[in-house]
Amino acid sequence: MSAAFSSLVPLETGGGFEAPGVHNFDLPPLFDALPWFDKYILMAAVSVILVIVFWVVMARKNNLVPTKGQFIGETAYFFVRNGIARDMIGHDFRRYLPFLIALFSFILVNNLWGVFPLTLVPTASHVGWAYGLALMVWVLYNGVGIAKHGVGGYLKHSTLPSGVPKAMWPIIIPLEFFSNIIVRPMTLSLRLFANMFAGHLLVLVFVLGGDFLLLHTDSIVNKLAGVVAWIFSMAIFGLEIFVQALQAFIFTVLTANYIASAAAEEH
Amino acid sequence: MAPLEVVGSLGIVGYGLGAIGPGIGVGLIFASVIQGTARQPEARGAMMGTAWIGFAVTEALAIIGIALAFVFGFTGQP
Repeated sequence: MSAAFSSLVPLETGGGFEAPGVHNFDLPPLFDALPWFDKYILMAAVSVILVIVFWVVMARKNNLVPTKGQFIGETAYFFVRNGIARDMIGHDFRRYLPFLIALFSFILVNNLWGVFPLTLVPTASHVGWAYGLALMVWVLYNGVGIAKHGVGGYLKHSTLPSGVPKAMWPIIIPLEFFSNIIVRPMTLSLRLFANMFAGHLLVLVFVLGGDFLLLHTDSIVNKLAGVVAWIFSMAIFGLEIFVQALQAFIFTVLTANYIASAAAEEH
Repeated sequence: MAPLEVVGSLGIVGYGLGAIGPGIGVGLIFASVIQGTARQPEARGAMMGTAWIGFAVTEALAIIGIALAFVFGFTGQP
């Protein structure tokens, strides 16, 4: 029974297959002399250079009749400017536009490392990078609120919606404080991290599982299943491109939303 | 001997249960967007902006679920 079962499910225990997991994300350092310099830091540094070069080149030569390159830059700029910043923040959006554009392009490039053939792992699939980005956003939107309303005014503004009767205050104030100050950065970072982590894990399951089925088992059915798994991993890569772009967009939209709610006037 | 023995992480089962709610929620959001677009196609842009925020907030539950599945899934294993 056990032998028949393990031949039906060759990836279960006994076949020698080691399922991908958290250990696949602990990459060794690139050079032995620099233990802190791993692939994630290299990808983040290269993406900073890429983003800066892209926007400097795009901002330098502006013709009245745009060239193809300028058209790409202007489309990306107007996507963030009109689609995210102006829709979310409103009339005062220009102050926050450079931060939002930098955030969007940095996260987009870092996520797309997950499908770039030489790197094949998104930077934010290590949770520290997502924590750092969310901490930056947290400091920014709280700072914007405090600069606008003062410390006491901002606490009142963010924890007490207008029109709540006094009897409800002991319930509403802790709930709103918990939701607006504590949970927001956690969900912001976990959303980016877990999407990248789960996406990379999905690719690993299909590629490593297909590799094991095709090359390390004898049955012809398993070999066919391995080929199908490898072909299907290409479809997973296509899904990943969509998810990576979507998560960069959502991170920026939520950042703009938090800034807008912190800087909003009392109604 | 037991006829079939299931080994593995109970955290993954918990994640499967936890993904039911966000799945229904995301489905409701985009069902409403499709209906709204069918009734008033020119309002699609305004609806999509709100829909992505709602999608992100709803999806956060599933995302926290998969993070917790890994956190709790590896504590009981050798």
